[in-house]
Amino acid sequence: MTNVTISDVINRSEHRGALSRITGQQTFWVFVAAVLACLALTLMTDTFATERNLFNVTRNFAFVGIVALGMTAVIASGGIDLSVGSTVVISAMTIGVVMSAGWPFWIGALAALGVSLLVGAVNGILIAYAKMPPFVVTLGMLSVARSLAMVLSNNKMIYQFGPDHDLLLWLGGGSTLGLPHPLIILLILAAITAFAFRWLRWGQHLFALGGNEQAARLTGIAVNRLKVSVYMFSALMAGITGILEVGWLGGVTTNLGQAMELTVIAAAVIGGANLAGGTGTAFGAVIGALLIEVIRNSLILLGISTFWQGTFVGSFIVIAVAFDRIRQARSSE
Amino acid sequence: MSALELRNISKHFGAIRALNNVSLTIEPGEVVGLMGDNGAGKSTMVKVIAGNFAPSSGDILINGSKAHFHKPLDAQKAGIEVVYQDLAICNNLSAASNVFLGREPVRRFGPIQIVDYGKMRSRAGELFARLKSETRPRDVVRRMSGGQRQAVAIARSLLTDARIILMDEPTAAISVRQVAEVLNLIRQLSEHGIAVVLISHRMPDVFEVADKVAVLRRGELVASKPASKSSPEEVTGLITGAIETA
Repeated sequence: MTNVTISDVINRSEHRGALSRITGQQTFWVFVAAVLACLALTLMTDTFATERNLFNVTRNFAFVGIVALGMTAVIASGGIDLSVGSTVVISAMTIGVVMSAGWPFWIGALAALGVSLLVGAVNGILIAYAKMPPFVVTLGMLSVARSLAMVLSNNKMIYQFGPDHDLLLWLGGGSTLGLPHPLIILLILAAITAFAFRWLRWGQHLFALGGNEQAARLTGIAVNRLKVSVYMFSALMAGITGILEVGWLGGVTTNLGQAMELTVIAAAVIGGANLAGGTGTAFGAVIGALLIEVIRNSLILLGISTFWQGTFVGSFIVIAVAFDRIRQARSSE
Repeated sequence: MSALELRNISKHFGAIRALNNVSLTIEPGEVVGLMGDNGAGKSTMVKVIAGNFAPSSGDILINGSKAHFHKPLDAQKAGIEVVYQDLAICNNLSAASNVFLGREPVRRFGPIQIVDYGKMRSRAGELFARLKSETRPRDVVRRMSGGQRQAVAIARSLLTDARIILMDEPTAAISVRQVAEVLNLIRQLSEHGIAVVLISHRMPDVFEVADKVAVLRRGELVASKPASKSSPEEVTGLITGAIETA
């Protein structure tokens, strides 16, 4: 008799309708903000809604978006990766050096991704096994990786990429069906990441780790290996971005990806990743990156000095975290 | 046959005798309230039973046969589970995900293994029903009561068919209503033939559910008797040393 009511209660699915569940998501509101910003810009300027400008916006935000996917994984696992900008440049420099020495594209790309994964593995091993704080390890790597990129290139610009020169430029700068290639790759990677977060044990364990590391350990999850894999994933995303950026720019210098980590962290956090760990979505990372790029673009189009960009990006991180605090304070009441 | 028997268990850390010649039997379905002051050896005893420490001397018998635990996993395989209060729960995950954490069932699609959420929810739902706990598998644990959290932690141990469950201070720092929920969970376990060792400072909780009370003082078991033949006053005396043994 009581059993019936209990099983009824147990089987009742969670609260609320679909609408209130969607509007409860930070990602939804950020998406609304991005759409509103686009609409406002379309009305206020005649340059925003041009094909050329939209092409640029989508391509620019794709680079931040791809790296933000990896950053979201790291942040959701309770860590932080400050070395992504430097990983972008070391990847770009590796493929540049290898291809300019006459090797084909695929060897250059494999070398670049291999170097990136190595960077992530070193980060992960120091954090997981040597128990060093992620902030310190990746801050050190930020400096080391960029310096190695300088050593590798002797700090010279590379703009000749051997026999596959055109392929590289097509990959990063070209488009298919009107969509810039980096955007297509972002969408594919976002879909893969979203799938992995939701449906793989890796994703479950990653969020468990970010939620309560001790619980993850007690339940027998291989936490150390998981951590290494998360930092390698982040580095891989940065590595892919490095290759695409070389193709887009048609050349690579050692200041590529400088200060990118801040924009990427902002994108992830705006997209709903909680710096305390445990939450974050792939879709949110993409939307967060989009909003930042639209704002950046609007500053340029509205004739506001680009010196203001840092103020906006920095404030965004603080505001996003502040919103999270307010929400937590309210839910714990 | 006893679910668990400790025979003359001692545990020394250098010159410190954390446990001295402790003998205790626990029958299937029995609820034992283990009490003692801080430093009396309760945690050491739990850790010996759970396989964290090997005893310096003495034997552990499971269902009448000797067991040797070198690591917690050995004890788990023998059917002993420890329910850590809030330590082992991820607030950001659903109840079902928490129950199956680290042991998620998967479905195979070629090389890819996909987490089987449907199976997790239905199995977790069955376990909550068995515990008579109104806990919804899909709900995020963050919004749950202390009693529901305990249900999640206990359901996890039921998943492996535990025969003996050790609960460390399950009723500390939760509301009165939630304490009642947790005590109900303990009764449900007992009804299913699972032995429960309840480590608690809270005398009323222990006397409400325990069949037997065991008191440790300075590493020695000074009492082990049916709860009905003891009283909170006696146990308090035993803990402080005002009463020598009972």
